[in-house]
Amino acid sequence: MHPGELSRFEIVAREDFSDVTYLLEVRHPLMARAAKPGQFVIVMSHEHGERIPLTIADFDRARGTITLVIQAVGKTTREMQQACRAGTTLHAMVGPMGMPSPIGSAKKVVCVGGGLGVAPIFPQARGFKENGAYVIGIVGFRSKGLVFWEDKFRACCDEFIVCTDDGSAGLKGLVTEGIRRAIEKHADIDEVVAIGPPVMMKGCAEATRAHRIRTLVSLNPIMVDGTGMCGGCRVKIGDQVKFACVDGPDFDGHRVDFDDLMSRLRRYAREERAASERWSANCRMHGLADAAAPAVELLELPDPFDDVKGG
Amino acid sequence: MAKKKTIRTIPQERTPMREQEPRARAKNFAEVACGYGLDEALREAERCLLCPDQPCVAGCPVGIDIPGFIRRIGEKDFRGAYDVIAATNLLAAVCGRVCPQETQCEEVCTVGESLAPVAIGRLERFAGDAAIREGWVNVPHIEPNGFRIGIIGSGPAGMACAADMAKAGCEVTVFEAFHQPGGVLKYGIPDFRLPNDVVDAEVENLRRIGVRFECNTLVGRLFTIEQMVDEMGFHAVFIGTGAGYPSMLGVPGDSLNGVLSANELLTRCNLMRARDFPDYDTPLPLGKRVAVIGAGNTAMDAMRVCLRLGAEKVTCVYRRSRAECPARAEEVHHAEQEGIEFHWLTAPLAILDDGKGGVRGMRCTRMELGAPDESGRRRPLPVPGSDFDFDADQVVYAIGTHANPIIGQTSRLKLNRRGYIETGDDLATSMAGVYAGGDIVTGAATVIEAMGAGRKAARSMKAYLGIRDLARADPGGTLFGIDLRERNFARLRAA
Repeated sequence: MHPGELSRFEIVAREDFSDVTYLLEVRHPLMARAAKPGQFVIVMSHEHGERIPLTIADFDRARGTITLVIQAVGKTTREMQQACRAGTTLHAMVGPMGMPSPIGSAKKVVCVGGGLGVAPIFPQARGFKENGAYVIGIVGFRSKGLVFWEDKFRACCDEFIVCTDDGSAGLKGLVTEGIRRAIEKHADIDEVVAIGPPVMMKGCAEATRAHRIRTLVSLNPIMVDGTGMCGGCRVKIGDQVKFACVDGPDFDGHRVDFDDLMSRLRRYAREERAASERWSANCRMHGLADAAAPAVELLELPDPFDDVKGG
Repeated sequence: MAKKKTIRTIPQERTPMREQEPRARAKNFAEVACGYGLDEALREAERCLLCPDQPCVAGCPVGIDIPGFIRRIGEKDFRGAYDVIAATNLLAAVCGRVCPQETQCEEVCTVGESLAPVAIGRLERFAGDAAIREGWVNVPHIEPNGFRIGIIGSGPAGMACAADMAKAGCEVTVFEAFHQPGGVLKYGIPDFRLPNDVVDAEVENLRRIGVRFECNTLVGRLFTIEQMVDEMGFHAVFIGTGAGYPSMLGVPGDSLNGVLSANELLTRCNLMRARDFPDYDTPLPLGKRVAVIGAGNTAMDAMRVCLRLGAEKVTCVYRRSRAECPARAEEVHHAEQEGIEFHWLTAPLAILDDGKGGVRGMRCTRMELGAPDESGRRRPLPVPGSDFDFDADQVVYAIGTHANPIIGQTSRLKLNRRGYIETGDDLATSMAGVYAGGDIVTGAATVIEAMGAGRKAARSMKAYLGIRDLARADPGGTLFGIDLRERNFARLRAA
């Protein structure tokens, strides 16, 4: 290991799962060696860009790469959707940040991913499987066209449930419906891990509370440095204030104040919307076809804070 | 040579440095202090008696040959003046601005016994700025010694340590978690006190003497300190990770959206350039009426940044009195000039909710001073029944920091009870070959103290590695003995 191996943050592969969801595989051999499930990176796409936290969706030690799955909903993520191709580079990518998820000795676990949380729940499901646990995977999407990585999940889950809002694939309903069924079927679930929009994680925590099943959620509030220096990512856990970047990002879902988290995620909503609209207008002016998502749709997304956290 | 100067023949008044007018400067990020022009520098250089005692040299933490560089300024040999400073201090433009000269070199200046002391700091800045403008650089002849040094953090402690180790012949790599080097000089200290261009120029100087900067590298998580020593081949490591984990007040309303730490405010504004939003993507919408809690140098910076970002009213809320305020007097003075309001002996009880997740004001109580506490300062006590509310739509916490937990989470280094790294007097940690200095050892302090710690650690590391420290062999010389005037060194013009 030599610092000379440090990365130029070259994108080696890109895959589009839908109009808004895309995958970037970034070369960073040192980070691929160090990364563990549950950790995240902070990315800057260009010199004038903002620092956005993205959960590590996968890492490949042999290829020396880090995989990120991104939803194009805000200015930065839409701009990246347009600019990032195999062969281009990111301006910066630092990590792995945060405490790794404690993949312990649980015998039976439910791994729940919703929307953007689907990608980062994958390495956790795989980690539990590698530790010999019985893994029930539950993933939620709005509709069939948005579903991705079904085969990867099936390969590491003993049971796998897809939920869609409109019923176009798998179970019709939210992931909480999947959790309800899993709990009904298995009385011996040791742990639930849920990653997704805050509303979804809140729902998951509520679904397991009465059953007293340990439930871990992965929070990604707005961050700047990601090293514990700014405190922008502070979250309320029980009666304590924690910084998600260094104390988390995983916390006990039954103790997280989700309403506080959701309120804090709206901090820059107005600026974000203005930036996104300005960017769309600029794209139209320059005749760029894939200015894609019109600003109106931005407001219609079920989880308006996805845009600020991206992962 | 002109006839000998005496205290009577030199200009009697200290040459003032032009400053931007307070009302104008409170609206821009240009430097408050404009620096000496040519005539001003020559006039001030004339005030140095070139006295044989040279008390200023002893007063300088790094032992710059102060009369030597001032004489060259007087001779209009500005390049020569810079070379003299650069022989011991690679960060002339930074130190000329942020060193507290009034308690160091200038405090003991001979002229200062009867008149105002020679403005050494301003002259140092003049020479440092000239070097940046002209692209002068001194690359001393360095004999590589084969030792590899890893430095964690590129702030003042890390930069000072890197400079000394590189000059001693080591191969130095500095790791920085942010995307740009400079640490607090970059993200913390605002441009109107220390422009980022100046920091970049000083980083460039370090690069030219062979220091490598690896940004986007979070040590502890990407690789550990143990790995640096055991696997990555670093013969010694210096930890200068600096500022901690900002303290929150722990009052109701802490997590409201209008409440942020001074670190977040300053980082968004200074490093991420939120002040140029939307040209830069990072937002920083600020309220019209900002209350900053705390009265240290960081609080002063935060308040003055808020003014420049367009706040109509900025108030400082501090639970002790002005006499206990930890900020430098000059910073408080500048803040007052710019129109900051100070509420001394006032403590917040709660941040008030506007019903939409934002802030509408603060509930405070008046304080009075009781008996001295463990810090030796009189302890502030609430005055019963003195609660009052005041309007604010933004609250900034500048009330200090705790230790950053990452090192504790990722290494076996011994920490003290408060989570800071435990070191001996020589700044050695509990792990052989690993040294630490600056805020991660002492808790929040000043830039120059951090630089001092970086240099002290460098001395210890050289002793540990058995690198002969020339300073010891040459008691009358400069601190590290690499006196460029007596050696052959290549003078390069910047490419």
